[in-house]
Amino acid sequence: MAHAPEHSTDRPEILDRVNPAELPRSKLILNDRGFHWITDKVCGIVEEPTPLWWKVTFAVALFIASFTGAGLFYLVSTGTGTWGLRSPIGWGWAIVNFVFWVGIGHAGTLISAILCLLRQKWRTSINRAAEAMTIFAVMCAGIFPLFHVGRVWFAWWLFPLPNQNGIWPQFRSPLEWDVFAVSTYFTVSTLFWYMGMVPDLGAIRDRAKTWWRKAFYSVLALGWRGGNRQWSNFEMAYLLLAGLSTPLVLSVHTIVSFDFAVSNVPGWHTTIFPPYFVAGAIFSGFAMVLTLMLPLRAIYRLHDVINQYHIDNMCKIILATGTMVGYAYATEFFIAAYSGNAYEKFAFVNRAFGQYAWAYWIMVSCNVITPQLFWFKKIRENHALVWIICLFVNVGMWFERFVITVTSLANDYLPSSWGYYSPTIVDIFTFFGTFGFFSVLFLLFVRFLPLLPMAEVKMVTPQADPHAH
Amino acid sequence: MPTDSDVSTAMNERNESIHGVACTFRSPSDVFHAAEKVRDAGWKIWDVHTPFPIHGMDQAMGLPRSKVPRLTLLGGVTGFITGCLLTWYMNSYDYPLVVGGKPYWSPIFPFPVMYECTILFAAFGTFFGQFILNRLPRHHHPLFDLPQFARTSDDTFMIVLEARDKNFHLDESRNFLLSLGGQEITVIRE
Repeated sequence: MAHAPEHSTDRPEILDRVNPAELPRSKLILNDRGFHWITDKVCGIVEEPTPLWWKVTFAVALFIASFTGAGLFYLVSTGTGTWGLRSPIGWGWAIVNFVFWVGIGHAGTLISAILCLLRQKWRTSINRAAEAMTIFAVMCAGIFPLFHVGRVWFAWWLFPLPNQNGIWPQFRSPLEWDVFAVSTYFTVSTLFWYMGMVPDLGAIRDRAKTWWRKAFYSVLALGWRGGNRQWSNFEMAYLLLAGLSTPLVLSVHTIVSFDFAVSNVPGWHTTIFPPYFVAGAIFSGFAMVLTLMLPLRAIYRLHDVINQYHIDNMCKIILATGTMVGYAYATEFFIAAYSGNAYEKFAFVNRAFGQYAWAYWIMVSCNVITPQLFWFKKIRENHALVWIICLFVNVGMWFERFVITVTSLANDYLPSSWGYYSPTIVDIFTFFGTFGFFSVLFLLFVRFLPLLPMAEVKMVTPQADPHAH
Repeated sequence: MPTDSDVSTAMNERNESIHGVACTFRSPSDVFHAAEKVRDAGWKIWDVHTPFPIHGMDQAMGLPRSKVPRLTLLGGVTGFITGCLLTWYMNSYDYPLVVGGKPYWSPIFPFPVMYECTILFAAFGTFFGQFILNRLPRHHHPLFDLPQFARTSDDTFMIVLEARDKNFHLDESRNFLLSLGGQEITVIRE
């Protein structure tokens, strides 16, 4: 949110001698919408009577979420053996789903933090929803390692808390680093999201007609008054949280990739993993942002605030990160060949042509080939197609984690202990249900909290500039 | 320069039940230029309420740089030290454990933990620091009783001159705000 003043008083000398051309800039907000329109639009979403589509979607989401409940209930009451994990594959869908969901979250932080530091003003329209997505995705991700520990009631042993055995967590393990990285990520993302929301909650409070609404939003808004003395600290804190979240988000998926890279399994033990995982995370996350925002934009008629310029930018980021991911796939192959290590070479040939070749080629076609369509303006302007391509990316990124996790474990050093992994119905139920769990949380967010950061969107309109005439 | 008699009249007329005078403005540019004049008139206890932060308003009000970064630094340093002590105490002092022939403690292997603790505590410092410096939460402010105040989170801009400022004089301050191009002028009661 913090921007340096753009109206510098030092006018370059050259400007007196030349006649500068006016370069048309893409408008962030179409149709010259004013401040009041923005307030009405965003508060209107919260204030209107619950729409029918919301009730129906919410009921469906709750039903789907119950599958996770059923899967976990069966797992806890019976044992981890009900998952498809067998020697030699000790990490199956649980870690795949964990990495998938954590990766989704990364786009939210990229938008809220990294694009803030890079002064990308277009981020304001999608910032809040993307941050909400981050938090809910991390919650979904957390379910899997939490239940994978087996006796979930001892999951608190992961944290540095004294227990009756008198022993402590073991900090040489990348899994323990992950506990710190993911819980810090969740906490900081939530603080950042909430702090950014306080002024907007104040705006909803100020418009509230009924006492319960007034009470609810008053408590959440903490008595925010929007004085410039408050804004001054707020903007500084916002900038600092963006600055802290940037190294944080890069470290989280780096540490997630350490779960693999620090082991000595062929196909995992590579130094390319951290940047490759971070690019993949941003790639999948942007696909999820578009998957969520395109329908919401249509339902709430947000076309003036989230316009073609925003969609173009997101498509281009998907294109860029998708190409990086494709480059990483190629580099892995090259390094495997160049290393001269027989196991490493085998691991990669086996990925592409072995028993899991079907998964590998789903991954390549969804992640490397489909996003290349975004080179074409016609395709970026066809929103139904954009949405479908984003679904492909979501599927492809899930398969990427499946390929990495399962192929390396199924065929490692000893051919005598090779195996083939398939999930059980319990695995499928648990994962399927997380989409419902995620949707339940996201729908509640859409219904009760400001979907767009009103203050930030107002700030990037041309009339917000105090030097405008 | 106010003379002694001016100050005493102001003191007499200063009603304890008055919080200040509020005045609304229509546009960011109006309130921006008005704020510059209030600053130049030597006001110290006053504020500009806006629906969004206005670029350059800190300078227009003559505000110093925010103190939040100090609390961020404090949090970050605390977090780093916590991370170091946590990993050293648990894996090297209280329950030394040999794992893979690695040292009991080194700054290398627990670095991710120290790194995350640094960020976590720095974020706590920033988040709570911001609310502490802004004196929030506070739900009972006299401004909330003002009907126009609700619109400052929508599309209205407001300058509030507080009665605690030594420049405050009910009638003069009211006229001063009018001369700045204010729209609606209201007296805020405590």
